[in-house]
Amino acid sequence: MTKARSLLLFAGISFALLPVLSQSPTKAGKQDPRANHARPSQSDDSDRGQKVFRQNCARCHDAPQGFSPQISGTVLRHMRVRASLSAADEAALLRFLNP
Amino acid sequence: MPGFPWDLRSRPTHLLLSRLFNAVLFGALALALISPAMSQNVPLISGGGGFLTSTSGGNTTYIPVISPLIAAPLGNHVLVESRAIILTAFFPRGGGRSGYDHDSFLGLDFLQADVVANRHLTVVAGQFLTPFATYNERLTPIWISNFQEAPLIFSLGTMGSASSVGGMLRGSAASSEKFNFDYAAFFSATSTNEQFSAERAAGGRGSLYLPAAHLEVGASFDRKLQGTEENFAGTHVWWEPANSSLRLRGEYARGAHARGYWVEAGYRLSRFSDNTRFLARVEPVFRMQQTFRSQPDSNDGLPAADTQLADFGLDFHLPHEIRINTSYSRQFSSSGNRNIWQTGLVYRFLFPTWRGK
Repeated sequence: MTKARSLLLFAGISFALLPVLSQSPTKAGKQDPRANHARPSQSDDSDRGQKVFRQNCARCHDAPQGFSPQISGTVLRHMRVRASLSAADEAALLRFLNP
Repeated sequence: MPGFPWDLRSRPTHLLLSRLFNAVLFGALALALISPAMSQNVPLISGGGGFLTSTSGGNTTYIPVISPLIAAPLGNHVLVESRAIILTAFFPRGGGRSGYDHDSFLGLDFLQADVVANRHLTVVAGQFLTPFATYNERLTPIWISNFQEAPLIFSLGTMGSASSVGGMLRGSAASSEKFNFDYAAFFSATSTNEQFSAERAAGGRGSLYLPAAHLEVGASFDRKLQGTEENFAGTHVWWEPANSSLRLRGEYARGAHARGYWVEAGYRLSRFSDNTRFLARVEPVFRMQQTFRSQPDSNDGLPAADTQLADFGLDFHLPHEIRINTSYSRQFSSSGNRNIWQTGLVYRFLFPTWRGK
C-alpha cells in the first residue's frame, strides 16, 4: 500500500495548493455571457440575471450554447424547482438568457 | 468495480420497455393538456447522447447511450418532467471465448410533477431522485458529470435505485443577499413494481449557500423503513474560490456497515486563454475516493474491502454542445489493484417539442 499512501499524499498536497495556484493575476475578464464567468452587462436586470445564473446554474453545468426562446420559460421553471429560485430570480434569469 | 448510476443488472429489459412506454404515454398526456402553450413555455426535449468506453484489465466495454429529458409546464405553477436512460453495453465474453456479448438497459430516472407553491415550497409527487447529498440530483446527467462512473459511495443514502416513489417538499427556507438555506424532505413508499421500484424510506437534506464565499455546505439524513431498518447520514461541501475557475466538491456518507468520501477538483483553463480558443475549453479534473467497511454487507453497493480510488481526468467542452471526457483511474484495494481507462463523447441537445406561437 506504499503506492497508495504516496498517491494520497500527492493528492492531499495538490488539493491544499490548488486554491493558491488557481488565483488568476487578472480580474474576471472578457467571457461569453453564458459561460461560467460572464462579461459585465449593461442593465441591472441583466446583472442580476447573470448573478443568479452564476450562483445557481453554473455551479453544476455549462449553459446551453443557445436555445429557442419558445422554451426559455420551461427551462427557467425547471431551474426554479432544482435551485429553489424565487419568481424574481426566475424573471431576471429569463432576461439574462433571453434578452 | 464502482457502478454506473444505472445498474445494468438491476432491472430486466422487457419490464423496462413497459416502464418506458408508460412514461411516454404519461408525457404525451401531459403535453396534450397544455393548451394553448404560452410563447416561452413550450414543452422541451433535452438530454444527451454519446458513446462511452471503459477499459480495465485489458477488457474494453463500449456503451452507446442516450438520456432524453422531457419537461412540460402546465399552467403557471406546475411542471411535469421525466428523464430516461437507454443504453447497450458491449463487453468481451470472457472465459477464453472471443467476441463480444451485450446487455441493454432502458429505464426512467424520474417521472415527477412539481407544483411550485412559492419560493419556500415546491411539492413534488411521483418518482423522483432521492435527495441525499448532491451527486444524485445534480451530477448524474451524462452531459454534466465529469467522470463516467458514479462515486463509490453513491449507493449510500440513495436506497439502491437512487429513486423514490412518493412525495417531496423542497424550497428555500430562508434567504438574503448573504445566504440561502434550502431544504428537501421526502417520504418514499415501498414499490415492488419493476417500473418504479423504491424502498420505504424517509429523510431529507439541508444546504447553506454563501454567495460571497461561493461556498455551500449541507447535510443529509435518511432512514430505510423496511427490512433491516438502517440510517444513512452524509455531508457535502462545494466551494469555488473567488476569482478562480477552480471548483471543489466533496461528499462524505456513512451507513450501518460502511462509510466513505469523495473529493473532486476541476479547473477550467479559460482563465489562461481567450474564451474562443481551444485551451479555454479544457478542464483537468481530479477525484479522490476512499471507502471503509466495518461489517460485510452485500446489499449496500460499496466494495467488500476498504478501497482507495484516484481518478485523473481531462474534459473538453467543445463547441456545438459536444463534450469529451477522458480519465485514468487507479484503484487500490486488498482485493487487488487495477487501472481503469475511460473515454466518452457526449452531445447535449435541447429543443422545443413543437413550433410555438
